[in-house]
Amino acid sequence: MATALAVVRVHDLFSAAMLFSIYSLLSAGLFVVLDAGDVALTEAAVGAGISTILILAVLALAPRYERAPKRLHWPAITVVVVTGACLFWAVSDLPPFGQPDNPIHTHVAPYYIEHAYKDFGVPNMVAAILASWRSFDTLGEAIVIFTAVLAVFSLLSKPPDKRAGLPEDDR
Amino acid sequence: MRGNGILRIIARLLIPLIMLFALYVQFHGDYSPGGGFQAGVLFAAAWILFVLIYGLKLGLEVIPERVMFVLSAVGVLIYATVGMAGVVLGGRFLDFNPLLADPKHAQQAGIMLVELGVGITVASVIMLIFTLFARRRAALGQGWQPEDDD
Amino acid sequence: MELLGHYNFYIVVVLMMIGFYTVMARGNMAKKIMGLNLFQTSVFILFISAGKIIGGSTPIHEKGVELYSNPLPHVLILTAIVVGVATTAVGLALAVRIRESFGTIEDDELAGLDGPDEEPVRS
Repeated sequence: MATALAVVRVHDLFSAAMLFSIYSLLSAGLFVVLDAGDVALTEAAVGAGISTILILAVLALAPRYERAPKRLHWPAITVVVVTGACLFWAVSDLPPFGQPDNPIHTHVAPYYIEHAYKDFGVPNMVAAILASWRSFDTLGEAIVIFTAVLAVFSLLSKPPDKRAGLPEDDR
Repeated sequence: MRGNGILRIIARLLIPLIMLFALYVQFHGDYSPGGGFQAGVLFAAAWILFVLIYGLKLGLEVIPERVMFVLSAVGVLIYATVGMAGVVLGGRFLDFNPLLADPKHAQQAGIMLVELGVGITVASVIMLIFTLFARRRAALGQGWQPEDDD
Repeated sequence: MELLGHYNFYIVVVLMMIGFYTVMARGNMAKKIMGLNLFQTSVFILFISAGKIIGGSTPIHEKGVELYSNPLPHVLILTAIVVGVATTAVGLALAVRIRESFGTIEDDELAGLDGPDEEPVRS
């Protein structure tokens, strides 16, 4: 949480990118503690690796320091406090953390857990669900990431005009 | 960064190891945490490390841009073909059971092919996005070539 | 007490609000995209912590383990992470193009400009 606050407050964008990477890595560690191996691997690789690299690539093309806001942004703070209060109140209706008889664990999940090894011979249940029972969603996701590269290509393929200057070097 | 000795030596050690680990994660997705996405991202990260040390031009000679474009489409096509093979052989779309004789083997083969397709797509997409961003930087610096860095 | 049972959700809500504030209150586009990613990651923590069973283990089949954590949220979040990086990439590409056309990626300066400049503006 401290890293998240630091990302907001720091004005040097390079430090903010590094702090963002640390935040991703810490949340990957949190995922490991919460028994999510696949997700931790993906979040560490994607969040701490790829997102940070892309932000740094943009920082190579844009000024390094953001303009410091002159005063506190009161509308944003009010919206955040009100939304936060509503969410706090709403969240207390959710089932408590970690109990085995939460409703989330009772419908389809026991079937998947039991039958992944019996029907497929595949020990990794997450991979079995992703690729076999819910493989339509994974096809959609592959298409989404392909669309992302199409979008980035359509934005960045033409070489830039000569008139755009480089950012000031304030190292 | 080519001139920096420490970085070069460590990169020479690490890049093949990371690529090997990416292949391991891809094909052991059935038995340990892993699968297509993680493997694709790891492979792309190894290539990006290579580009950071040795320059964009050398990186594009290793894996040309056209290959990246083709591979990103090929991955999705592999996925769709496995799905259509299910239809052609008598089942529903993305049904793995008709692919081989034994349903257990068919499911495992189907899962492995599908994860391979996803891994190829993700790796080539991330490499391509990085190339597009990096080339912008190279083009903006008028007269600055990617290989005379530091 | 009720409060202590939900502490994971409270942490998630705080992180979510930090990300939300970053998106709204900071003008720099790279900072906004970072705030969006903070928000996304906090939502992932929400789902994964909802799927955990105390005393369970990773959902990989092993001999001798009876209780597994729920694998369904993991599947959802795996897809969501990759979609998140796709969105981030497109957003950053847009920021790069805006920087080239207008010379700046700060909101306040963009609001004061009329259109793409004829000559580069050093901000």
